[in-house]
Amino acid sequence: MNAPLPPYVGQPVKRREDFKFLTGKGRYVDDIKLPGMLYMAIARSPHAHAIIKNVDLGPARASPGVRLVLAGKDLDGRIGPIVPNWIIPGSRVPFRPVIAIDRVRFVGECVALVVAETLAQAYDAVDLIDVEYGVLPAVTDETAAIRDDAPQLHENVAGNVTTIYRVRGGDYAKAAQEADQVIQLRIANNRLIPTCMETRSVIAAPDPDDTLTVYMPSQVPHMHRRWIAETVGIPEHRLRVVAPDIGGGFGAKMHLYPEELLCPYLARELGVPVKWWESRSESHQSTSHGRAHTETIEVAIRNDGTILGMKVDTLGNVGAYLSNMATGGPTVNTVNFGTGNYKIANYEATSRIVVTNTVPVDAYRGYGRPEGAYIAERAIDAVARHLNIDQVEIRRKNFIQRTDFPYRPYGSMGTIYDTGNYDGLLEKALAAFDYEARCTEREALRRHGIYRGIGVAAYTHMCGMAPSRRLAMSGFDRGGWESARVAIDSSGRATVYSGSMSQGHGHVTSLSQIAADVLQIPIENIDVIQGDTRQVQAGHGTFNSRSMAVGGSSLHVCSQQIVAKAKKIAAGMLEVDEKDVAYSAGQFSVPGTDITPLSFAKVARMAYVGHKLPDGVAPGLDETVFYDPTGMSAPSGVHLAYVEVDPETGIVTILDYVAVDDVGTLINPMLAQGQIHGGVVQGIAQALYEEVSYDPDSGQLLTGSLLDYAVPRAEHVPNITSLFQETPSPTNPIGVKGIGESGSIAAPPCMVHAVLDALAPFGITHLDMPLTPPRIWAAVQRARNGANQ
Amino acid sequence: MSEVEKRHVVTLEINGVRRNAEVEPRKLLVHLIREDFGLTGTHVGCDTSQCGACTVELDGQAIKSCTVLAVMADGASITTIEGVSPVASRLDAVQTAFHEHHALQCGFCTPGMVMSVRQLLRDHPDANEDDIRHGIAGNICRCTGYHNIVRAVESLVAKD
Ligand code: FES
Ligand code: FES
Repeated sequence: MNAPLPPYVGQPVKRREDFKFLTGKGRYVDDIKLPGMLYMAIARSPHAHAIIKNVDLGPARASPGVRLVLAGKDLDGRIGPIVPNWIIPGSRVPFRPVIAIDRVRFVGECVALVVAETLAQAYDAVDLIDVEYGVLPAVTDETAAIRDDAPQLHENVAGNVTTIYRVRGGDYAKAAQEADQVIQLRIANNRLIPTCMETRSVIAAPDPDDTLTVYMPSQVPHMHRRWIAETVGIPEHRLRVVAPDIGGGFGAKMHLYPEELLCPYLARELGVPVKWWESRSESHQSTSHGRAHTETIEVAIRNDGTILGMKVDTLGNVGAYLSNMATGGPTVNTVNFGTGNYKIANYEATSRIVVTNTVPVDAYRGYGRPEGAYIAERAIDAVARHLNIDQVEIRRKNFIQRTDFPYRPYGSMGTIYDTGNYDGLLEKALAAFDYEARCTEREALRRHGIYRGIGVAAYTHMCGMAPSRRLAMSGFDRGGWESARVAIDSSGRATVYSGSMSQGHGHVTSLSQIAADVLQIPIENIDVIQGDTRQVQAGHGTFNSRSMAVGGSSLHVCSQQIVAKAKKIAAGMLEVDEKDVAYSAGQFSVPGTDITPLSFAKVARMAYVGHKLPDGVAPGLDETVFYDPTGMSAPSGVHLAYVEVDPETGIVTILDYVAVDDVGTLINPMLAQGQIHGGVVQGIAQALYEEVSYDPDSGQLLTGSLLDYAVPRAEHVPNITSLFQETPSPTNPIGVKGIGESGSIAAPPCMVHAVLDALAPFGITHLDMPLTPPRIWAAVQRARNGANQ
Repeated sequence: MSEVEKRHVVTLEINGVRRNAEVEPRKLLVHLIREDFGLTGTHVGCDTSQCGACTVELDGQAIKSCTVLAVMADGASITTIEGVSPVASRLDAVQTAFHEHHALQCGFCTPGMVMSVRQLLRDHPDANEDDIRHGIAGNICRCTGYHNIVRAVESLVAKD
């Protein structure tokens, strides 16, 4: 028998998709030009909250090259409304028209559209649209929005709260009574802009056979097909969604936006392709934002550092309307994970979803889990600080133990951590970081007025939302499965059709590694197709760190079915019993005999010529699988950061960053490290640099372009040591856990702890992100002035 | 015809080929490259000259092509990502280093990043890590966290 091919899974296989991107041949939506294509541009509200009194479209209609100009009332009843896809039971859902009809609720909301022959002509005409507004008082902050006298956004949303969600486990009140102390903190999770380097863009093109093709950078092509079909009123099978190369998604490209509905509608009305392209500044006010929470936390503790209970109150600012998953983020995705990696038996959390006059907030890398980890980690760090216990010791003391898995935090029914070894992660991280030496160095330098700090953060979460029937219980209008098809051609080469959707993840490489190991054929003989609903059978797409755990598993199972069928065919060809046939290294053999083995290619050919198939075996070698996982995987990790803070300028210099992550079985360590690097830097960005700000009175977006919104550059971030610990997940056949969101979950608390540790000599125990130089400098000044009084 | 609509003829050499186009005075070089010449490897990532996705070489110098009007490039020689490798079917040294070190994910920043790295290596053939991080500071990458881009460039420096 042939030895199996060396496994591809686990190897740092170089990316098979790189060549096109490196040579400028990547094809993004904005690169597509169709004959006769017209351009749409949008007139957006300059006010945060206003009544639309009158819209004068006349001058715009007369502008050169203009084909069509429409306002909200022209579309009323024709398309829309936009409805969320995840509605936590009991939520009040405000009406959201595709284009505002009589009232605008955030700066950037669509009020009218122009279609013209060139983009420049469309922009020129937008400038001529004259809207008369009656300005109303606005509210942008979640804490202000729930006050009794706050401006009200929607008639059916009393007090601006759409959803109240509660989690209870054990008895917090009793824990608080029995505690030696109860400590309190209030933390803010700053609003962010996901900032994919490719902005959104849509082209809708009518095809001669009465179908419509929509090109868009979608993380979820099949879900977009359904949503667009339902909202515009197109039979779903007549709609083809094509997602070509995508320049980053990070959650922002999985929602349903007005422009994605307008282009299909207009293309059908006008009978020609219609394109919309989002400028960067437009993106800041039209593509969903992330985070935007305020949390109040109580921790009931014993003086030895034991945590008896925790109470959390979350206010999740979701902007003016409920975007796709808005009710799920600050609720299920956040507070369910509020106890982090720690054994905290008594837990009580309440989350309120608050509407404000701001851009809608939805998923951004981690969605809720970064906020949840920030709650848990800031809380345990506060306990350590308060009791003067070492930050590593406090974690060791309270960690869920390796033998406790599967673990249900606070006795939860739905939240289950499948596996983990947090002490193992911590030890590995401490060793790589040289923790003891750094502690000594920090102390020594402090005596010389040099302020260095060490940050520690642990995280765990659940990803790959499934199974489908569980999603129904939490209010989703979708499932949690993924589909894969493997089509073998008559030469034995494979084409994989996957419902997952790469946005830079390298799926052509990672998915073909999974298929190659099962099919026992070289990776070069496998192609991967994604992102075209006319080619790919079905799918949910890529988000929630689900592609390898769910999409990869479906492909694994599908590839196994191919081998099983090929074995049947081979048995017929070799005239032996199927169970005597072994398959390895691309050869079907009968061990213990001198029967000449058959190659995979020969069997594939037989499958298609069909001349000699066993009874009951249909021709072809082409399988499709819909795989619904039994549960969700729970990645975990421990990250450490070393920083120096200059108290005279407030500038933070990051000296080192070590990430140790347990993402189960690694498919491709090179790609996995890439995910950690990118995620950690987005997390560092949240901690130190990025924040969306609104003028609290006018509701104007102050960070309206990349000039004012501080996305980090190479100079602002450190090298990252990324190491792994592999504890396979029992929830899927390949043992993988999600990875994409790990970095952006762990890095914010890790960085904040490091800076607070550096500032400890000043008595500073809390600062809200982002830890910008002015914020740090002011805190140091306050501390010094306080000390002098 | 208004001044805005008046057309100007621009003649330039792009990736070694002489081309001309009739453009509005307000047209940006990046749009000339993408729309008129169909070279879509040069990207537009912002509208305030922050991101570097549009970086090309103009007369041998890396520039952000969204900061130059097409008419200003009249008579110039331009190299875009499509013209970087002398053999179209192969990668040049910088492109190869990016592939070897997994210095790209979504690939949207990559063409601009490659153009900036070429400039960096011309200016600082023995660049250290600080020089590298500073040298690519005009280009935003949201995916890689820059770590592997820095490794790729270091490998090119070490080779010399
Ligand atoms: S497009 Fe961003 S710098 Fe030119
Ligand atoms: S690889 Fe995606 S922006 Fe750089």
